[in-house]
Amino acid sequence: MVRWPQKIRFLLVFCILSIFLSLPALAGERLRLATTTSTADSGILNEIIIPFEKKTGITVDVIAVGTGKALKLGELGDVDLVLVHSREAENEFVANGYGINRKDVMHNDFIILGPKNDPAEIKKSKNAIKAFKKIANNKITFISRGDESGTHIKEKQLWKKVGIIPAGSWYREVGQGMGSVILMTNDLNAYTLADRGTHIAMKNKVNLVICYEGDKSLYNPYGIIAVNPEKHKNINYRDAKSFINWIISPECQKIIKNFKKSGEQLFYPDTVK
Amino acid sequence: MFIESIKKAFELLFTFDNEVYSIVLTTLNITAISVVIAGCFSILLAAFIDLMNPRFKKILTAFFNSLLAIPTVIIGLFVYMFISNSGPLGDFKLLFTPAAIVIGQIILAIPIITSFILAGLSKTDLLLHETLTTLGAKKIDRIKAIVMENRILILSAVLAGFGRIVSELGISMMLGGNIRWYTRTITTAIALETGKGEFALALALGFILIFLAMFINFSAYIVLKNDNLLIFDIILNKVRGKLNRDLREHDIYN
Repeated sequence: MVRWPQKIRFLLVFCILSIFLSLPALAGERLRLATTTSTADSGILNEIIIPFEKKTGITVDVIAVGTGKALKLGELGDVDLVLVHSREAENEFVANGYGINRKDVMHNDFIILGPKNDPAEIKKSKNAIKAFKKIANNKITFISRGDESGTHIKEKQLWKKVGIIPAGSWYREVGQGMGSVILMTNDLNAYTLADRGTHIAMKNKVNLVICYEGDKSLYNPYGIIAVNPEKHKNINYRDAKSFINWIISPECQKIIKNFKKSGEQLFYPDTVK
Repeated sequence: MFIESIKKAFELLFTFDNEVYSIVLTTLNITAISVVIAGCFSILLAAFIDLMNPRFKKILTAFFNSLLAIPTVIIGLFVYMFISNSGPLGDFKLLFTPAAIVIGQIILAIPIITSFILAGLSKTDLLLHETLTTLGAKKIDRIKAIVMENRILILSAVLAGFGRIVSELGISMMLGGNIRWYTRTITTAIALETGKGEFALALALGFILIFLAMFINFSAYIVLKNDNLLIFDIILNKVRGKLNRDLREHDIYN
Protein backbone atom coordinates (compact mmCIF):
# COMPACT_ATOMS: atom_id res chain seq x y z
CA MET A 1 0.00 0.00 0.00
CA VAL A 2 1.19 3.48 -0.84
CA ARG A 3 0.68 5.50 2.30
CA TRP A 4 -0.52 9.05 1.83
CA PRO A 5 1.53 11.56 3.76
CA GLN A 6 0.00 12.74 6.97
CA LYS A 7 -0.35 16.27 5.72
CA ILE A 8 -2.60 15.31 2.84
CA ARG A 9 -4.68 13.01 5.01
CA PHE A 10 -5.03 15.78 7.54
CA LEU A 11 -6.11 18.22 4.83
CA LEU A 12 -8.71 15.77 3.54
CA VAL A 13 -10.18 15.14 6.99
CA PHE A 14 -10.25 18.86 7.62
CA CYS A 15 -12.08 19.53 4.36
CA ILE A 16 -14.67 16.84 4.96
CA LEU A 17 -15.22 18.06 8.51
CA SER A 18 -15.71 21.61 7.32
CA ILE A 19 -18.37 20.44 4.90
CA PHE A 20 -20.32 18.68 7.63
CA LEU A 21 -19.95 21.61 9.98
CA SER A 22 -21.39 24.01 7.43
CA LEU A 23 -24.37 21.81 6.57
CA PRO A 24 -26.64 23.02 9.40
CA ALA A 25 -26.25 26.55 8.06
CA LEU A 26 -27.91 25.41 4.85
CA ALA A 27 -31.11 24.16 6.47
CA GLY A 28 -33.99 25.96 8.24
CA GLU A 29 -37.51 27.23 7.52
CA ARG A 30 -37.72 30.45 5.53
CA LEU A 31 -40.24 32.58 3.70
CA ARG A 32 -39.39 33.30 0.07
CA LEU A 33 -40.61 36.57 -1.35
CA ALA A 34 -40.20 37.36 -5.04
CA THR A 35 -40.45 41.05 -5.74
CA THR A 36 -39.54 43.74 -8.22
CA THR A 37 -36.20 45.48 -8.41
CA SER A 38 -37.88 48.82 -7.62
CA THR A 39 -38.91 47.81 -4.10
CA ALA A 40 -35.61 46.09 -3.34
CA ASP A 41 -33.27 48.69 -4.86
CA SER A 42 -34.98 51.65 -3.22
CA GLY A 43 -34.43 50.07 0.20
CA ILE A 44 -38.04 50.17 1.38
CA LEU A 45 -38.25 46.40 1.61
CA ASN A 46 -35.63 46.27 4.34
CA GLU A 47 -37.64 48.73 6.38
CA ILE A 48 -40.67 46.49 6.03
CA ILE A 49 -38.95 43.17 6.58
CA ILE A 50 -36.65 43.84 9.52
CA PRO A 51 -39.46 44.62 12.03
CA PHE A 52 -41.40 41.60 10.71
CA GLU A 53 -38.44 39.30 11.22
CA LYS A 54 -37.88 40.66 14.72
CA LYS A 55 -41.53 40.19 15.62
CA THR A 56 -42.10 36.73 14.25
CA GLY A 57 -38.68 35.14 14.01
CA ILE A 58 -39.39 34.22 10.38
CA THR A 59 -36.50 34.81 7.99
CA VAL A 60 -37.62 36.45 4.75
CA ASP A 61 -35.58 35.71 1.61
CA VAL A 62 -35.96 38.48 -0.94
CA ILE A 63 -35.50 37.53 -4.58
CA ALA A 64 -35.52 40.75 -6.59
CA VAL A 65 -36.50 40.21 -10.23
CA GLY A 66 -38.95 41.81 -12.65
CA THR A 67 -42.71 41.45 -12.15
CA GLY A 68 -42.99 38.93 -14.99
CA LYS A 69 -40.35 36.68 -13.56
CA ALA A 70 -41.62 37.06 -10.00
CA LEU A 71 -45.04 35.82 -11.11
CA LYS A 72 -43.40 33.00 -13.02
CA LEU A 73 -41.54 31.94 -9.88
CA GLY A 74 -44.88 31.93 -8.05
CA GLU A 75 -46.43 29.86 -10.82
CA LEU A 76 -43.69 27.25 -10.48
CA GLY A 77 -44.06 27.24 -6.70
CA ASP A 78 -40.49 28.38 -6.14
CA VAL A 79 -41.54 31.26 -3.87
CA ASP A 80 -44.23 31.59 -1.21
CA LEU A 81 -45.21 35.17 -1.87
CA VAL A 82 -44.99 37.81 -4.62
CA LEU A 83 -44.98 41.60 -4.31
CA VAL A 84 -45.39 43.05 -7.81
CA HIS A 85 -46.78 45.96 -9.78
CA SER A 86 -48.86 45.07 -12.79
CA ARG A 87 -52.56 44.84 -12.07
CA GLU A 88 -53.50 42.96 -15.27
CA ALA A 89 -50.80 40.33 -14.81
CA GLU A 90 -51.72 40.00 -11.13
CA ASN A 91 -55.38 39.45 -11.93
CA GLU A 92 -54.48 36.80 -14.46
CA PHE A 93 -52.21 35.13 -11.90
CA VAL A 94 -55.06 34.97 -9.39
CA ALA A 95 -57.65 33.98 -12.01
CA ASN A 96 -55.51 31.02 -13.08
CA GLY A 97 -55.49 29.82 -9.51
CA TYR A 98 -51.79 30.32 -8.88
CA GLY A 99 -52.26 32.99 -6.25
CA ILE A 100 -54.72 33.74 -3.46
CA ASN A 101 -55.31 36.46 -0.88
CA ARG A 102 -54.32 39.38 -3.12
CA LYS A 103 -54.04 42.71 -1.30
CA ASP A 104 -53.23 46.27 -2.34
CA VAL A 105 -50.10 47.47 -0.58
CA MET A 106 -48.97 50.83 -1.88
CA HIS A 107 -48.65 52.91 -5.01
CA ASN A 108 -46.65 55.58 -6.70
CA ASP A 109 -46.45 56.55 -10.36
CA PHE A 110 -44.40 56.14 -13.49
CA ILE A 111 -42.55 59.04 -15.04
CA ILE A 112 -40.87 59.65 -18.37
CA LEU A 113 -37.21 60.47 -17.85
CA GLY A 114 -35.17 62.26 -20.46
CA PRO A 115 -32.27 64.63 -21.08
CA LYS A 116 -32.47 68.16 -19.70
CA ASN A 117 -33.06 69.84 -23.07
CA ASP A 118 -36.05 67.55 -23.80
CA PRO A 119 -35.36 67.03 -27.57
CA ALA A 120 -38.87 65.66 -28.33
CA GLU A 121 -40.50 68.49 -26.39
CA ILE A 122 -42.80 66.24 -24.41
CA LYS A 123 -42.92 68.44 -21.34
CA LYS A 124 -46.15 70.13 -22.34
CA SER A 125 -47.85 67.04 -23.77
CA LYS A 126 -51.50 66.62 -22.85
CA ASN A 127 -51.12 63.01 -21.76
CA ALA A 128 -48.61 60.18 -21.62
CA ILE A 129 -49.78 58.71 -24.93
CA LYS A 130 -49.11 61.99 -26.76
CA ALA A 131 -45.71 62.18 -25.12
CA PHE A 132 -44.84 58.68 -26.34
CA LYS A 133 -46.07 59.58 -29.82
CA LYS A 134 -43.77 62.58 -29.95
CA ILE A 135 -40.77 60.48 -28.98
CA ALA A 136 -41.59 57.97 -31.71
CA ASN A 137 -42.24 60.62 -34.37
CA ASN A 138 -38.96 62.39 -33.64
CA LYS A 139 -37.15 59.06 -33.45
CA ILE A 140 -35.36 60.07 -30.26
CA THR A 141 -33.61 57.14 -28.63
CA PHE A 142 -35.89 55.34 -26.18
CA ILE A 143 -34.61 52.69 -23.78
CA SER A 144 -37.04 49.91 -23.02
CA ARG A 145 -36.65 47.50 -20.10
CA GLY A 146 -37.60 44.62 -22.37
CA ASP A 147 -37.75 42.15 -19.49
CA GLU A 148 -41.50 41.70 -18.85
CA SER A 149 -41.19 43.68 -15.65
CA GLY A 150 -44.09 45.77 -14.38
CA THR A 151 -42.54 48.87 -15.93
CA HIS A 152 -42.08 47.11 -19.28
CA ILE A 153 -45.67 45.84 -19.26
CA LYS A 154 -46.88 49.39 -18.58
CA GLU A 155 -44.69 50.72 -21.39
CA LYS A 156 -46.07 48.15 -23.85
CA GLN A 157 -49.61 49.12 -22.89
CA LEU A 158 -48.80 52.75 -23.64
CA TRP A 159 -47.31 51.93 -27.04
CA LYS A 160 -50.41 49.91 -27.81
CA LYS A 161 -52.58 52.91 -26.99
CA VAL A 162 -50.37 55.08 -29.21
CA GLY A 163 -51.10 52.57 -31.95
CA ILE A 164 -47.57 51.83 -33.09
CA ILE A 165 -45.26 48.91 -32.68
CA PRO A 166 -41.99 50.55 -31.64
CA ALA A 167 -39.09 49.38 -33.80
CA GLY A 168 -36.01 50.78 -35.41
CA SER A 169 -32.65 51.94 -34.23
CA TRP A 170 -34.15 54.57 -31.89
CA TYR A 171 -35.98 51.93 -29.85
CA ARG A 172 -33.64 49.81 -27.73
CA GLU A 173 -34.80 46.87 -25.65
CA VAL A 174 -32.00 46.19 -23.21
CA GLY A 175 -33.42 43.54 -20.88
CA GLN A 176 -31.96 44.95 -17.68
CA GLY A 177 -33.16 46.17 -14.31
CA MET A 178 -34.54 49.66 -13.66
CA GLY A 179 -31.29 50.99 -12.22
CA SER A 180 -29.18 49.86 -15.17
CA VAL A 181 -31.73 51.24 -17.62
CA ILE A 182 -31.69 54.65 -15.95
CA LEU A 183 -27.87 54.67 -16.15
CA MET A 184 -27.98 53.71 -19.85
CA THR A 185 -30.60 56.32 -20.57
CA ASN A 186 -28.34 58.87 -18.95
CA ASP A 187 -25.32 57.85 -21.02
CA LEU A 188 -27.23 57.74 -24.30
CA ASN A 189 -29.19 60.97 -23.77
CA ALA A 190 -32.35 59.01 -24.29
CA TYR A 191 -35.87 58.76 -22.89
CA THR A 192 -37.21 55.98 -20.72
CA LEU A 193 -40.23 55.07 -18.65
CA ALA A 194 -39.26 54.64 -15.01
CA ASP A 195 -40.95 54.28 -11.66
CA ARG A 196 -40.65 57.30 -9.44
CA GLY A 197 -39.17 55.37 -6.52
CA THR A 198 -36.09 54.20 -8.40
CA HIS A 199 -35.58 57.64 -9.93
CA ILE A 200 -35.59 59.35 -6.55
CA ALA A 201 -33.21 56.75 -5.19
CA MET A 202 -30.79 57.33 -8.09
CA LYS A 203 -31.35 61.03 -8.63
CA ASN A 204 -27.90 62.23 -7.64
CA LYS A 205 -26.14 59.76 -9.94
CA VAL A 206 -27.66 60.93 -13.23
CA ASN A 207 -28.37 64.14 -15.11
CA LEU A 208 -31.80 63.01 -16.27
CA VAL A 209 -34.86 65.06 -15.48
CA ILE A 210 -38.54 64.19 -15.33
CA CYS A 211 -39.82 65.16 -18.77
CA TYR A 212 -43.37 64.06 -18.26
CA GLU A 213 -45.43 63.14 -15.20
CA GLY A 214 -48.89 63.32 -13.71
CA ASP A 215 -51.09 61.41 -16.17
CA LYS A 216 -53.63 59.05 -14.60
CA SER A 217 -52.54 56.25 -16.92
CA LEU A 218 -49.12 56.33 -15.24
CA TYR A 219 -50.55 55.15 -11.93
CA ASN A 220 -48.38 52.38 -10.45
CA PRO A 221 -50.05 50.17 -7.83
CA TYR A 222 -48.21 47.43 -5.93
CA GLY A 223 -50.02 44.31 -4.81
CA ILE A 224 -49.05 41.34 -2.70
CA ILE A 225 -50.23 37.81 -3.46
CA ALA A 226 -49.69 34.54 -1.61
CA VAL A 227 -48.90 31.54 -3.78
CA ASN A 228 -51.75 29.03 -3.71
CA PRO A 229 -50.66 26.16 -1.44
CA GLU A 230 -53.07 23.83 -3.23
CA LYS A 231 -51.15 24.16 -6.50
CA HIS A 232 -47.82 23.02 -5.08
CA LYS A 233 -46.41 21.11 -2.17
CA ASN A 234 -43.92 22.81 0.12
CA ILE A 235 -45.50 26.25 0.04
CA ASN A 236 -45.09 28.15 3.29
CA TYR A 237 -48.61 29.61 3.26
CA ARG A 238 -48.87 30.16 7.00
CA ASP A 239 -45.93 32.56 7.11
CA ALA A 240 -46.97 34.13 3.81
CA LYS A 241 -50.32 34.98 5.35
CA SER A 242 -48.75 36.55 8.42
CA PHE A 243 -46.49 38.62 6.15
CA ILE A 244 -49.50 39.87 4.17
CA ASN A 245 -51.25 40.75 7.41
CA TRP A 246 -48.15 42.62 8.50
CA ILE A 247 -47.70 44.60 5.30
CA ILE A 248 -51.30 45.88 5.32
CA SER A 249 -51.29 46.58 9.06
CA PRO A 250 -51.39 50.27 10.08
CA GLU A 251 -47.97 49.92 11.67
CA CYS A 252 -46.27 48.79 8.49
CA GLN A 253 -48.26 51.19 6.32
CA LYS A 254 -46.92 54.00 8.47
CA ILE A 255 -43.38 52.76 7.80
CA ILE A 256 -44.10 52.93 4.06
CA LYS A 257 -45.51 56.42 4.45
CA ASN A 258 -42.48 57.65 6.37
CA PHE A 259 -39.89 56.10 4.04
CA LYS A 260 -38.08 58.98 2.35
CA LYS A 261 -35.03 59.44 0.18
CA SER A 262 -33.48 62.87 -0.21
CA GLY A 263 -36.56 64.31 1.46
CA GLU A 264 -39.07 62.79 -0.94
CA GLN A 265 -41.70 60.17 -0.24
CA LEU A 266 -41.25 57.15 -2.54
CA PHE A 267 -44.39 55.11 -1.96
CA TYR A 268 -47.92 55.94 -0.81
CA PRO A 269 -49.66 53.37 1.41
CA ASP A 270 -53.04 52.04 0.28
CA THR A 271 -54.79 51.08 3.52
CA VAL A 272 -53.79 54.15 5.55
CA LYS A 273 -54.15 57.73 4.38
CA MET B 1 -12.98 56.81 -9.28
CA PHE B 2 -10.34 54.10 -9.37
CA ILE B 3 -8.36 55.35 -6.41
CA GLU B 4 -11.54 56.19 -4.59
CA SER B 5 -12.80 52.63 -4.94
CA ILE B 6 -9.49 51.11 -3.80
CA LYS B 7 -9.77 53.33 -0.75
CA LYS B 8 -13.32 52.19 -0.28
CA ALA B 9 -12.30 48.54 -0.57
CA PHE B 10 -9.82 48.93 2.29
CA GLU B 11 -12.31 50.93 4.25
CA LEU B 12 -14.93 48.22 3.92
CA LEU B 13 -12.45 45.51 4.84
CA PHE B 14 -10.98 47.18 7.88
CA THR B 15 -14.08 48.81 9.33
CA PHE B 16 -15.55 45.30 9.59
CA ASP B 17 -18.63 46.30 7.66
CA ASN B 18 -21.20 43.67 8.61
CA GLU B 19 -22.75 43.32 5.22
CA VAL B 20 -19.46 43.04 3.38
CA TYR B 21 -18.28 40.35 5.76
CA SER B 22 -21.52 38.46 5.31
CA ILE B 23 -21.02 38.61 1.54
CA VAL B 24 -17.37 37.55 1.70
CA LEU B 25 -18.07 34.72 4.16
CA THR B 26 -20.97 33.42 2.07
CA THR B 27 -18.75 33.45 -0.99
CA LEU B 28 -15.92 31.64 0.80
CA ASN B 29 -18.23 29.11 2.38
CA ILE B 30 -20.00 28.21 -0.85
CA THR B 31 -16.80 28.20 -2.86
CA ALA B 32 -14.92 26.06 -0.35
CA ILE B 33 -17.60 23.39 -0.29
CA SER B 34 -17.90 23.36 -4.09
CA VAL B 35 -14.15 23.22 -4.66
CA VAL B 36 -13.59 20.41 -2.15
CA ILE B 37 -16.38 18.22 -3.49
CA ALA B 38 -15.61 18.94 -7.14
CA GLY B 39 -11.88 18.54 -6.48
CA CYS B 40 -12.15 15.15 -4.75
CA PHE B 41 -14.44 13.86 -7.46
CA SER B 42 -12.35 15.22 -10.32
CA ILE B 43 -9.06 13.85 -8.97
CA LEU B 44 -10.47 10.33 -8.81
CA LEU B 45 -12.17 10.75 -12.16
CA ALA B 46 -9.00 12.00 -13.84
CA ALA B 47 -6.91 9.20 -12.32
CA PHE B 48 -9.39 6.57 -13.50
CA ILE B 49 -9.52 8.03 -16.99
CA ASP B 50 -5.75 8.15 -17.05
CA LEU B 51 -5.56 4.43 -16.37
CA MET B 52 -8.08 3.52 -19.07
CA ASN B 53 -7.13 2.17 -22.41
CA PRO B 54 -5.84 4.90 -24.72
CA ARG B 55 -8.84 5.04 -27.02
CA PHE B 56 -11.36 5.65 -24.23
CA LYS B 57 -8.96 8.05 -22.68
CA LYS B 58 -8.80 10.16 -25.82
CA ILE B 59 -12.57 10.21 -26.21
CA LEU B 60 -13.17 11.12 -22.59
CA THR B 61 -10.48 13.79 -22.65
CA ALA B 62 -12.09 15.38 -25.67
CA PHE B 63 -15.47 15.09 -23.97
CA PHE B 64 -14.34 16.89 -20.84
CA ASN B 65 -12.50 19.50 -22.87
CA SER B 66 -15.67 20.32 -24.77
CA LEU B 67 -17.63 20.57 -21.51
CA LEU B 68 -15.43 23.56 -20.69
CA ALA B 69 -17.48 25.57 -23.16
CA ILE B 70 -20.77 25.27 -21.26
CA PRO B 71 -21.92 28.73 -20.16
CA THR B 72 -22.79 29.16 -16.51
CA VAL B 73 -26.34 30.27 -17.26
CA ILE B 74 -27.01 26.96 -19.01
CA ILE B 75 -25.78 25.04 -15.97
CA GLY B 76 -27.96 27.36 -13.88
CA LEU B 77 -30.99 26.70 -16.05
CA PHE B 78 -30.37 22.96 -16.08
CA VAL B 79 -30.05 22.70 -12.29
CA TYR B 80 -32.98 25.11 -11.88
CA MET B 81 -35.27 22.77 -13.81
CA PHE B 82 -34.33 19.89 -11.53
CA ILE B 83 -34.58 21.60 -8.17
CA SER B 84 -37.52 23.91 -8.88
CA ASN B 85 -40.56 23.11 -6.77
CA SER B 86 -42.26 21.76 -9.89
CA GLY B 87 -39.15 19.79 -10.88
CA PRO B 88 -38.21 16.24 -9.89
CA LEU B 89 -36.15 17.30 -6.87
CA GLY B 90 -38.56 20.01 -5.72
CA ASP B 91 -39.30 18.34 -2.39
CA PHE B 92 -35.86 19.15 -1.08
CA LYS B 93 -36.56 22.89 -1.28
CA LEU B 94 -33.08 23.58 -2.59
CA LEU B 95 -33.78 26.50 -4.93
CA PHE B 96 -32.58 29.88 -3.64
CA THR B 97 -30.36 28.32 -0.97
CA PRO B 98 -26.55 28.17 -0.81
CA ALA B 99 -26.82 24.43 -1.46
CA ALA B 100 -28.31 25.16 -4.89
CA ILE B 101 -25.31 27.29 -5.79
CA VAL B 102 -22.99 24.54 -4.58
CA ILE B 103 -24.66 22.00 -6.87
CA GLY B 104 -24.32 24.27 -9.89
CA GLN B 105 -20.72 25.19 -9.13
CA ILE B 106 -19.70 21.55 -8.69
CA ILE B 107 -21.04 20.83 -12.16
CA LEU B 108 -19.16 23.86 -13.46
CA ALA B 109 -15.86 22.93 -11.81
CA ILE B 110 -15.65 19.20 -12.51
CA PRO B 111 -14.84 19.48 -16.25
CA ILE B 112 -12.33 22.25 -15.58
CA ILE B 113 -10.39 20.42 -12.87
CA THR B 114 -10.62 17.07 -14.64
CA SER B 115 -9.35 18.23 -18.02
CA PHE B 116 -6.65 20.32 -16.36
CA ILE B 117 -5.37 17.27 -14.47
CA LEU B 118 -5.69 15.02 -17.53
CA ALA B 119 -3.60 17.40 -19.58
CA GLY B 120 -0.87 17.33 -16.94
CA LEU B 121 -1.03 13.59 -16.33
CA SER B 122 -0.26 12.87 -19.97
CA LYS B 123 3.23 14.18 -19.19
CA THR B 124 3.79 11.83 -16.22
CA ASP B 125 6.81 9.58 -16.57
CA LEU B 126 5.73 6.29 -18.16
CA LEU B 127 8.27 4.54 -15.96
CA LEU B 128 6.07 5.26 -12.95
CA HIS B 129 3.32 3.04 -14.31
CA GLU B 130 5.71 0.31 -15.32
CA THR B 131 7.53 0.31 -12.00
CA LEU B 132 4.29 0.21 -10.07
CA THR B 133 2.95 -2.64 -12.14
CA THR B 134 6.12 -4.69 -11.77
CA LEU B 135 6.06 -4.06 -8.04
CA GLY B 136 2.61 -5.61 -8.01
CA ALA B 137 0.57 -2.49 -7.28
CA LYS B 138 -3.19 -2.80 -7.45
CA LYS B 139 -5.26 -0.25 -9.36
CA ILE B 140 -6.11 1.68 -6.21
CA ASP B 141 -2.44 1.92 -5.27
CA ARG B 142 -1.58 3.13 -8.74
CA ILE B 143 -4.19 5.87 -8.45
CA LYS B 144 -2.75 6.90 -5.09
CA ALA B 145 0.75 6.97 -6.54
CA ILE B 146 -0.36 9.06 -9.53
CA VAL B 147 -2.07 11.54 -7.22
CA MET B 148 0.96 11.77 -4.94
CA GLU B 149 3.41 12.22 -7.78
CA ASN B 150 1.34 14.99 -9.35
CA ARG B 151 0.18 16.83 -6.27
CA ILE B 152 1.46 20.20 -7.41
CA LEU B 153 -0.27 19.77 -10.75
CA ILE B 154 -3.47 18.75 -8.98
CA LEU B 155 -3.20 21.77 -6.73
CA SER B 156 -2.98 24.09 -9.73
CA ALA B 157 -5.95 22.32 -11.31
CA VAL B 158 -8.03 22.71 -8.15
CA LEU B 159 -7.00 26.36 -7.90
CA ALA B 160 -8.06 26.90 -11.52
CA GLY B 161 -11.42 25.42 -10.56
CA PHE B 162 -11.51 27.72 -7.55
CA GLY B 163 -10.83 30.73 -9.76
CA ARG B 164 -13.65 29.86 -12.09
CA ILE B 165 -16.11 29.18 -9.27
CA VAL B 166 -15.35 32.28 -7.26
CA SER B 167 -15.66 34.53 -10.33
CA GLU B 168 -18.82 32.91 -11.65
CA LEU B 169 -22.02 34.97 -11.75
CA GLY B 170 -24.73 33.14 -13.71
CA ILE B 171 -25.16 30.16 -11.40
CA SER B 172 -25.10 32.19 -8.18
CA MET B 173 -27.66 34.63 -9.56
CA MET B 174 -30.07 32.04 -10.99
CA LEU B 175 -29.91 29.42 -8.27
CA GLY B 176 -29.09 31.60 -5.26
CA GLY B 177 -31.35 34.52 -6.07
CA ASN B 178 -28.97 37.13 -4.59
CA ILE B 179 -30.71 37.02 -1.20
CA ARG B 180 -29.24 39.46 1.28
CA TRP B 181 -27.49 37.86 4.30
CA TYR B 182 -28.05 34.42 2.76
CA THR B 183 -27.03 33.80 -0.84
CA ARG B 184 -25.52 37.13 -1.85
CA THR B 185 -22.00 36.42 -3.08
CA ILE B 186 -19.32 38.88 -4.16
CA THR B 187 -20.18 38.56 -7.86
CA THR B 188 -23.94 38.92 -7.43
CA ALA B 189 -23.36 41.88 -5.12
CA ILE B 190 -21.16 43.48 -7.80
CA ALA B 191 -23.89 42.95 -10.39
CA LEU B 192 -26.46 44.48 -8.04
CA GLU B 193 -24.37 47.51 -7.10
CA THR B 194 -23.45 48.15 -10.74
CA GLY B 195 -27.15 48.08 -11.60
CA LYS B 196 -27.83 50.63 -8.90
CA GLY B 197 -25.05 52.87 -10.17
CA GLU B 198 -22.86 52.36 -7.08
CA PHE B 199 -19.75 51.87 -9.21
CA ALA B 200 -17.23 52.60 -6.45
CA LEU B 201 -18.77 50.01 -4.13
CA ALA B 202 -18.93 47.46 -6.96
CA LEU B 203 -15.30 48.05 -7.83
CA ALA B 204 -14.35 47.82 -4.16
CA LEU B 205 -16.00 44.42 -3.96
CA GLY B 206 -14.06 43.46 -7.08
CA PHE B 207 -10.80 44.35 -5.35
CA ILE B 208 -11.78 42.30 -2.32
CA LEU B 209 -12.38 39.36 -4.64
CA ILE B 210 -8.90 39.76 -6.14
CA PHE B 211 -7.28 40.04 -2.69
CA LEU B 212 -9.04 36.88 -1.61
CA ALA B 213 -8.01 34.96 -4.70
CA MET B 214 -4.39 36.06 -4.26
CA PHE B 215 -4.36 35.17 -0.57
CA ILE B 216 -5.80 31.72 -1.17
CA ASN B 217 -3.55 30.96 -4.12
CA PHE B 218 -0.36 32.00 -2.34
CA SER B 219 -1.19 30.21 0.89
CA ALA B 220 -2.14 27.03 -0.94
CA TYR B 221 1.19 27.01 -2.75
CA ILE B 222 3.12 27.63 0.44
CA VAL B 223 1.34 24.84 2.31
CA LEU B 224 1.81 22.18 -0.33
CA LYS B 225 5.10 23.18 -1.90
CA ASN B 226 7.12 23.65 1.23
CA ASP B 227 7.31 20.18 2.73
CA ASN B 228 9.01 21.38 5.90
CA LEU B 229 6.55 24.06 6.78
CA LEU B 230 7.00 24.26 10.50
CA ILE B 231 3.72 25.67 11.69
CA PHE B 232 1.75 23.01 9.98
CA ASP B 233 3.84 20.23 11.54
CA ILE B 234 3.60 21.74 14.98
CA ILE B 235 -0.18 21.96 14.80
CA LEU B 236 -0.35 18.44 13.48
CA ASN B 237 1.85 17.05 16.23
CA LYS B 238 -0.07 18.88 18.93
CA VAL B 239 -3.36 17.49 17.66
CA ARG B 240 -1.88 14.03 17.41
CA GLY B 241 -0.32 14.28 20.87
CA LYS B 242 -3.59 15.33 22.42
CA LEU B 243 -5.43 12.55 20.68
CA ASN B 244 -2.94 10.01 21.97
CA ARG B 245 -3.17 11.40 25.48
CA ASP B 246 -6.94 11.24 25.38
CA LEU B 247 -6.82 7.69 24.18
CA ARG B 248 -4.42 6.69 26.91
CA GLU B 249 -6.58 8.25 29.62
CA HIS B 250 -9.59 6.58 28.14
CA ASP B 251 -7.83 3.23 28.42
CA ILE B 252 -6.84 3.77 32.02
CA TYR B 253 -10.28 4.67 33.27
CA ASN B 254 -12.02 1.91 31.47
